[in-house]
Amino acid sequence: MAEKKLTFEQSMSRLEEIVAQLERGDHPLEDSLSLYEEGAKLMKQCVTMLDRAEQKVRKLQLDENGTLTETVFVPEGE
Amino acid sequence: MTEPISVTALNQYVKGLLDRDRLLSQVLVRSEISNYKVYPSGHHYFTLKDAESSVRCVMFRREAARLRFRPENGMKVVVSGRVTVFPRDGAYQLYCNQMVPDGVGELAFAFEQLKNRLHREGLFDPARKKPLPAFPDTIALVTSPAGAAVRDMIRILGARWPLAKVLVIPVRVQGVEAPEEICQALDLVNAADMADLIITGRGGGSMEDLWAFNEEEVARAICRSRIPVISAVGHEPDVTIADFAADVRASTPSNGAELAVPHQQDLRDRLAHLSVRLEQGMERELRHRRERLDRLKTSPFLQSPLRTIQEKRLLLDYQQQRLVRGMATCLSGYQQTVGRLAASLEALSPFKVLGRGYAITKKQDGVVVSAIRQVKVGDTLSVQVSDGTITCTATGKEKHRWRKKS
Repeated sequence: MAEKKLTFEQSMSRLEEIVAQLERGDHPLEDSLSLYEEGAKLMKQCVTMLDRAEQKVRKLQLDENGTLTETVFVPEGE
Repeated sequence: MTEPISVTALNQYVKGLLDRDRLLSQVLVRSEISNYKVYPSGHHYFTLKDAESSVRCVMFRREAARLRFRPENGMKVVVSGRVTVFPRDGAYQLYCNQMVPDGVGELAFAFEQLKNRLHREGLFDPARKKPLPAFPDTIALVTSPAGAAVRDMIRILGARWPLAKVLVIPVRVQGVEAPEEICQALDLVNAADMADLIITGRGGGSMEDLWAFNEEEVARAICRSRIPVISAVGHEPDVTIADFAADVRASTPSNGAELAVPHQQDLRDRLAHLSVRLEQGMERELRHRRERLDRLKTSPFLQSPLRTIQEKRLLLDYQQQRLVRGMATCLSGYQQTVGRLAASLEALSPFKVLGRGYAITKKQDGVVVSAIRQVKVGDTLSVQVSDGTITCTATGKEKHRWRKKS
């Protein structure tokens, strides 16, 4: 789980799970600490994802050969 | 006209008359449809009738394809067309080029008709509606690449949820080609599986302008989309067939963008809240442990761990003393017993009396002599006294009366 990059949604739900587990308070201290660490890391990841997000806008079209091409979208009639 | 003529010539003559008539070349007829049939050729044949009369009508495929509603028997319509003779039958027919429902606007009528039909078919069934993804990854906009609608959608999506990629699939949103382009775009996104949410729509306009989104094929393309579709057509009051077919209806393109994604501020708030709970949760965990530790620290054992050992040691000393004392008592008891026994033994010892002048007489074989019959005169005897042994010879024996029994 640590290696694979989680989506925002996955990070968020894992974070909620961690907080709920920590709040239940029935873990050995070592587990609580590693839960906390994981939670803090996910928290940072989520905020970073939001902070660094830059909207990507592309245009998808079928060209004459029938292949899909993705290009930068510029609204027409500007 | 004295010469007889053929039927064909007659029909041709009448046809010529009718075809030259200005009024008949473009008539408008209000009537009721009966006997409506669509032939495999694509031509539509029907009869228009009122209480007293009827006339045969035909609408060729090209014109019929432009019909936005489905003519049905009993329906009141206004048709326009020209009247001419069908020479084979010698009957005249009305060749319709347009037909509209009588009384209501054609579009409004077609809308209601299609809506009811698709509704009956179950296309708008709430059970068919797919849930929208909570955090869409890629959002496909099937809309016009020009105009305010696409810009508004991109702007709002970017402000709310910049994490989502926006994929514009440019299509015409009005005109004859629009429905097909919209359908192809919807199918394309599905086939390429390039988005997890689709918004299709356009900005406001007349009912005619929005008509592409009232076409049956568009409704069907929306329904067959595996990817959830938001329809976002026109302004607030505009309702289209696409709205019914879509998984979610947005009142405007901007509203479509709002419904498509969460607002990052809400998520930042949620994250902040989670962060507080995470910190508090951990703090509470640590506090509990600290409190437990504090409680343990006041335990007597941890307060002075040596005391228990000392207590044990005292107990050990005490037990040791008891052991020693017990042992001593035990020993002195034995000593006394042994002493007493030794005294008794000594008192009973035959050697004790030797000191008082008694002697032990033994024969040469070591047998103690206690009676005269054991000894013969002449036997050598050894007489043991207190400090030694005297060897003598028995020279005589005399029995004493008083020592008869002993």
